[in-house]
Amino acid sequence: MTAIIKREILSYFTSPLGYVFLAVFYAFSGLFLWMNCLSSGSAEMSGVFSLMFYVILVIIPVLTMRTFAEERRQNTDRLTLSSPVSLFGVVMGKFIAAFFVFFCACLMLLLYAVFISAAVGEGAEFGWASFWGNFAAIILMGAAFISIDIFISSLTDNQMIAALGSIGSNIMICMFDIISNYISDDGVKNVINSLSVYGKYLEFNQGIFSLFSVVFFLSISGAFIFLATRVLERRRWA
Amino acid sequence: MIEVKNLFKNYGSHTALKGISFCAEDGEVLGFLGPNGAGKSTTMNILTGCISPSGGEAVINGENILENPMAAKKNIGYLPEIPPLYLDMTVDEYLNFVYGLKKCKLPKKSHLEEIRDLTGIDDVRNRIIRNLSKGYRQRVGLAQALVGNPKTLILDEPTVGLDPKQIIEMRSLIKRLGKNHTVILSSHILPEVQAVCDKIVVINNGELAAFDTAENLSRKLSGDNKLTVHIEGERNKVEKILKTISALDRYHVSRTVEENVTEFEIESRDNTDIRREIFNKMAENGCPILLMKGSELTLEEIFLKLTTGDFYGGEE
Repeated sequence: MTAIIKREILSYFTSPLGYVFLAVFYAFSGLFLWMNCLSSGSAEMSGVFSLMFYVILVIIPVLTMRTFAEERRQNTDRLTLSSPVSLFGVVMGKFIAAFFVFFCACLMLLLYAVFISAAVGEGAEFGWASFWGNFAAIILMGAAFISIDIFISSLTDNQMIAALGSIGSNIMICMFDIISNYISDDGVKNVINSLSVYGKYLEFNQGIFSLFSVVFFLSISGAFIFLATRVLERRRWA
Repeated sequence: MIEVKNLFKNYGSHTALKGISFCAEDGEVLGFLGPNGAGKSTTMNILTGCISPSGGEAVINGENILENPMAAKKNIGYLPEIPPLYLDMTVDEYLNFVYGLKKCKLPKKSHLEEIRDLTGIDDVRNRIIRNLSKGYRQRVGLAQALVGNPKTLILDEPTVGLDPKQIIEMRSLIKRLGKNHTVILSSHILPEVQAVCDKIVVINNGELAAFDTAENLSRKLSGDNKLTVHIEGERNKVEKILKTISALDRYHVSRTVEENVTEFEIESRDNTDIRREIFNKMAENGCPILLMKGSELTLEEIFLKLTTGDFYGGEE
C-alpha cells in the first residue's frame, strides 16, 4: 500500500494535475479571504469556508478522475492485480494519496488563520474554535467526496467520463437540501435531509460541532471505499 | 510448478474456456499456442489472479490462486500483452515502485541493477517511459516481471514489437530464465515456441487441443509412413501405377501442382519404406517424380491441423 501511495503522490506532481489543483484551490481561497476578511477588516473566516465548499465540489474530481479509469485504460491494473496487494489496499492507497494532496491544499487555510490571528488588534480575539470546526468540516467533507469520486472512477475506463460523472453527482448530492423543499411527504423529506452533506457542513460552519456529522462523513468515506473494492472484485468475476 | 485443473471461464453467455487442464514442472518453459481469441490471455489472466475462473482451479507452487492469492502472487511475475507501464515515470522510478508493490525483500540496489543488466535497459534508466520505443517498453515490462525473482514467469507474447535482433536476444534470455524459473509464454510466432519451449499447450476455441512436447506432437500427428510426391503424367495413369504397389495403404490427390503434375499424399502399410518402389515403377512407366518428401510436420502444420482440423492447408 505504501508503494501505491508514494506512486500516486508522485504522479500528481510529475503531471500538471497536482499543481493545477493546488493553484485553483489557493487562488479561490485567497480571493475569498480577501472578500470576507481583508477588504472589510473582519477576522471571521467562516465565509471563506462556506464559499470553498462550492469550489471543492468541482475540483475534487480532478484529483480522483484518473485513479482507476486511467489504470484500466493503460492496462496498469494488471500489475496491481497480479501483485501481492489486496484490492482494499489498492483503493486505500489511492484514497490516501488523493486525500494527502487535498490536505496539503487545506493547510493554506491554516496559514491564513495564523496570519489573521497575528493581525487582530488589541482586545479582539481570533475565533480559533470556530476555525477548527470549519477546518474539520472541510477535511471530512473532502474525504467523503474523494471516496465517492474514486468509486465513480472505478466504474469507467475514461477519465473524462469519471470527472463529469463525479462533478454531476457531487452537485446532485449538495442539492439534496433544495430537493427536499419540493417534497411533501415527511418521511421521504427526512431521509433526504439526513443524507444532506451541505446541511452538515453548514452546521460546522455555524459553529456547531456535531459528532453525528463526523460519523456521517466518515461512514460515507468508508462506504464508498468499500464499494470501489467491490467494483474491482466484481470485474474479476465478470 | 503450475497446475491448472479443468478451468472454465464465462463472459456472460460466451464461454471463453471450456475445461482446460495442464501443468508445468519447475524449470520448464511451456509454450502457449492458439489462434486469436482462443483463450490464451484469459488463461494467463486467471493464472495471475487478474480475473477469476468460473470453475476449476489454478495452483501456483502449491498455492491456490483463489484461496490464497497473496502467497500465490508472491511467486508470479507477469508480463501482460500490453506492458503495464506508468508512462509518466522514469524507468528507475517505475522499478522502485514495483519493488515496493511486490514487497520484495532482496537487496534493492543490486537486485534492480541485475535486472536492468539482464534486460538491457540500464542505458535508459533515467528516461521517462513515455519517451521509450516499443522495444524498450517491452523490455521494461519484462524487467517488471522479474522484480522479486519470482519462481514463475508468465509472459504474454513477450517478443511483440521487438526488432529481429532483440527477438533473438529475448528468446535466449527466456531460455536462460527457464533454467531456474517456470516460464509460461504465449506466442503467435510458431518457430519461437519451437525454439524456446520444452512443452506446448495448444488451445483452440477455449478447449485444449494438445499438450505435449514439440517433437512428440509432430511424431504423433504425422507418423513416419507419409510421403508427399509430385508426379508428372496423366493422373489416371499414375493412379493405376500407384495401385500396383502392394505395400501402399492409401493415397490421396491433394492438388494439381502445374499442368500434368499432381501432388499425392501417400501412406504405406506398417511403416514400410516404399520410396524406392515408387521411384522404380514411375521411372519404368515414364512418369518422372519431380519431388518426394517425408511429410514431417512443421509446427505450423500441427497448429493448423489441431485448430482447424485441416491438415492439408485447405487447398482441396
